[in-house]
Amino acid sequence: MADPGPQPTKRLLRLKLNGRWREDAVAEQDLLVDYLRDMAGLTGVKIGCDGGECGACTVLVDGEAVPSCITLAVRCENRSVETIEGLAVQGRLSRLQRAFHEKLGAQCGFCTPGMIMAAEALLRRNPTPTDGEIRNALSGNLCRCTGYVKIIESVKVAAEPNP
Amino acid sequence: MTVDQVVDPRRFRRGVPLIDGIEKVTGRARYTADLDHAGALIGRILRSPVSHGEISRLDVSKARAVEGVFAVVTGDDCPHTYGVLPIAMNEYPMARERVRYRGEPIAAVAAIDAATAKRAIDLIELELRELPAYYTSEEARAPGATSLHDNKPGNVEREVHHEFGEWRQGLAKSDLVREEKISCAEVNHAQIEPHACLMDYDPISGRLTVQSVSQVIYYLHLMLARCLEMDESRIRVVKPFVGGGFGARVEVLNFEIITALLARAAGGKVLMQLSREETFLTHRARPQTDVTIQLGMMRDGRITACTCNVVQRGGAYAGYGIVTILYAGALLQGLYDIPALKYDGYRVYANLPPCGAMRGHGSVDMRHAFECLLDRMARDLELDPFAVRRANLLQAPTRTLNDLVVNSYGLGECLDKVERASRWRDRIGRMPPGKGLGIACSHYVSGSAKPIHFTGEPHAVVHLKLDFDGGVTALTGAADIGQGSSTMVAIAVAETLDISLDRVRVIAGDTAVTPKDNGAYSSRITFMVGNAAIDAAKKLKALLVAAAARKLEARADEIECVGEVFRVGIGVQSTLPFAAVVAAALVDEGAITVKGSFTCPPEFQGGKHRGGAVGSTMGFSYAAQVVEVTVDDASGLVTVDNVWVALDCGHAINPLAVAGQIEGSVWMGMGQALCEETRYLEGLPAHASFLEYRMPTMAESPPIEVHIVESHDPYGPFGAKEASEGALAGFPPALVNAIANAIDIDLDVLPATPERVIDALSQRRRAARLHRLRATS
Repeated sequence: MADPGPQPTKRLLRLKLNGRWREDAVAEQDLLVDYLRDMAGLTGVKIGCDGGECGACTVLVDGEAVPSCITLAVRCENRSVETIEGLAVQGRLSRLQRAFHEKLGAQCGFCTPGMIMAAEALLRRNPTPTDGEIRNALSGNLCRCTGYVKIIESVKVAAEPNP
Repeated sequence: MTVDQVVDPRRFRRGVPLIDGIEKVTGRARYTADLDHAGALIGRILRSPVSHGEISRLDVSKARAVEGVFAVVTGDDCPHTYGVLPIAMNEYPMARERVRYRGEPIAAVAAIDAATAKRAIDLIELELRELPAYYTSEEARAPGATSLHDNKPGNVEREVHHEFGEWRQGLAKSDLVREEKISCAEVNHAQIEPHACLMDYDPISGRLTVQSVSQVIYYLHLMLARCLEMDESRIRVVKPFVGGGFGARVEVLNFEIITALLARAAGGKVLMQLSREETFLTHRARPQTDVTIQLGMMRDGRITACTCNVVQRGGAYAGYGIVTILYAGALLQGLYDIPALKYDGYRVYANLPPCGAMRGHGSVDMRHAFECLLDRMARDLELDPFAVRRANLLQAPTRTLNDLVVNSYGLGECLDKVERASRWRDRIGRMPPGKGLGIACSHYVSGSAKPIHFTGEPHAVVHLKLDFDGGVTALTGAADIGQGSSTMVAIAVAETLDISLDRVRVIAGDTAVTPKDNGAYSSRITFMVGNAAIDAAKKLKALLVAAAARKLEARADEIECVGEVFRVGIGVQSTLPFAAVVAAALVDEGAITVKGSFTCPPEFQGGKHRGGAVGSTMGFSYAAQVVEVTVDDASGLVTVDNVWVALDCGHAINPLAVAGQIEGSVWMGMGQALCEETRYLEGLPAHASFLEYRMPTMAESPPIEVHIVESHDPYGPFGAKEASEGALAGFPPALVNAIANAIDIDLDVLPATPERVIDALSQRRRAARLHRLRATS
């Protein structure tokens, strides 16, 4: 087999991923997105660009939306990381997921997980955002299919108080 | 599944969510890069560092010697060209002898991991003898320029010269003749999913299993067989979820063939993931285009004749180019009544990545120039922009001069709707300073009536399977790339059979299972696959009705079938539930499979003139849109405040998806109009990231008010036509017309960036100063 060459030192990373604590050996330079996709198997986290351009990889770290493709995995030590896979509890769609589904906030769906996570962060800190607040909060998440019209509508529908 | 999935057919008219939507919002949808690639080798590509050159030395021996490298391939491993047009395949998956654009693949490796693959790529020794390179159509066409392709002196891939009617006389008798020269930048599909594929070759069985980001898996299947010299029956192509297409993935792309070559050489599985930069390079998008257009017009706005010259900078290889340059001419017609016309088109080679098909294929830049000119002439004649368009409407059914058939035509209604919705009559001419309104129209085909690979087969085939469980499975080769085509198939089947939507399952895009389909291009799926699905469902319904008749001891024509209940007349006592009818139909028969198909008859396949098939279709969609802008004359920034769009899609099978398509299409037109532009510095892409290639973000995107017009096409499925491409081409001219309305500046170059607006404003100031100086001296 190939000589693996000099290997980076790995350390144990402990974090809470979608509500469950876990430990994995990661290298200092491992990106959060690669850790999530390749080690944790959470392929709902998408890679759409070469780093920090599109928002498809957005996840929540301690409730804040971050692009996981420019975040080091080790920066999440002892923190809570949430991905799209953690939103549907026991198979039940969250309000945002349901709204994106029913209002066609997703067409090809590639930007959708990142978009929903960015919207999730927004609604947690601001449960009733205005159009302008939605536009600003999600302006780092690119979508090429929808023209954003139905994404904004989806977020508004999800934000409405549950009757 | 917690979202209510049981949808009564009567509710379809309000639209239904996508049948694969739950997968998308939960992150369960697997796109190519998400597929299980355990044990797969990682592929990497060596690309040309120069724009034009001869390969004088290529030595891969050091790369091959790296431990962990399992395959290295070069142009020597594939002596076959590939391409989308059988008459214009002039591209090798990896360059042989000569490279023609910076970034063209030269060699590739498959290794145990990305780092090893990269190390191997770095060890490939390459020497090139540079040749003169051309980055504009003018340079490439200049006398004495080196030919990119030996059989195309002058670097013109295809010239088109079409004349219909007495255009000279038409111009001569006109009250007004005006000409404009308008240029549009090259733009990119920029679908959010980067290119990727996973190829698995089993050397024991000699079979290749392919998963890729394709819109047309049939072409991919054909080209892999051709380039790998494999029997087509040994290849299986499966389409995973695809993260957008817009034309980017209609053509087979070099990395797909390269990865298959690597997988065969390595005797296993290879994953190739292109970076965003490589995805921009591997683009096939809308070419930089120069349009010179002239119209003759009577005082009442009636068009007398049109002449149009289009030059497209197509890039280094043919790709779809011939079709693109033909589309630009063919679709001059079919929107308005144009009594005479002359078209000259030139598709030019240049040392840049090859262009291809992008949403609104071939029609967008031509339509932009046409609609800008129409508005300027309306202004000259003091006519309202709506009036000048209404003066030239067609009457369906009709046949255009170039033999395009217009069977249904809702453009007049589209104009009415956006005029009312935008309160045009109250507001035009009364807008505050810096604000303006603009209008433009556009149209597009609902599928090419003549397929590129003409085989004599039907244009679409759909299989339906019904088994003991009562589930109806629709099998189609049509590629759902986010536009909702699988949902459309499900609705067509459920409507026809009058069964609940969740009884229908759609399996799409797997050549081992689904019938061949020509894929997602030219907005063909709703029209063609929709019709085939209805045909199949009608056949299945006939079998079910016959079974119910046997069971109920009645004649088939006495059986009514309403909402999964079969009955004789109104007799409540003689009813059968769906399950009982299925059980009866399966007696002596077993699982049922029926086939539906759809074919465009020859009379719809275009004119007999050379290239006359391009543009032919059985149904054109029509759109009108009004754009409201604010122009800041200090910064040159153009802000789109509102858009009102009406599109005639014949009949909205899924109004929710139709609205989504129209919004996305209008918005993509807005990107091209406002800010999107690819730029190359000596062939080096200066735009190959989402930071450099500026698409409108959510913060800059306006509300888009959609009006659906239903003209009930006589041949469309339930009367439907396409809804995804027709509205795009109208946005750029509506925007430029609105800018003219706001600040009295006619912009002749797209996109309308702040720099261009400022340049135009200062040019006007200079001209005014000069005028004053002359007047005073």
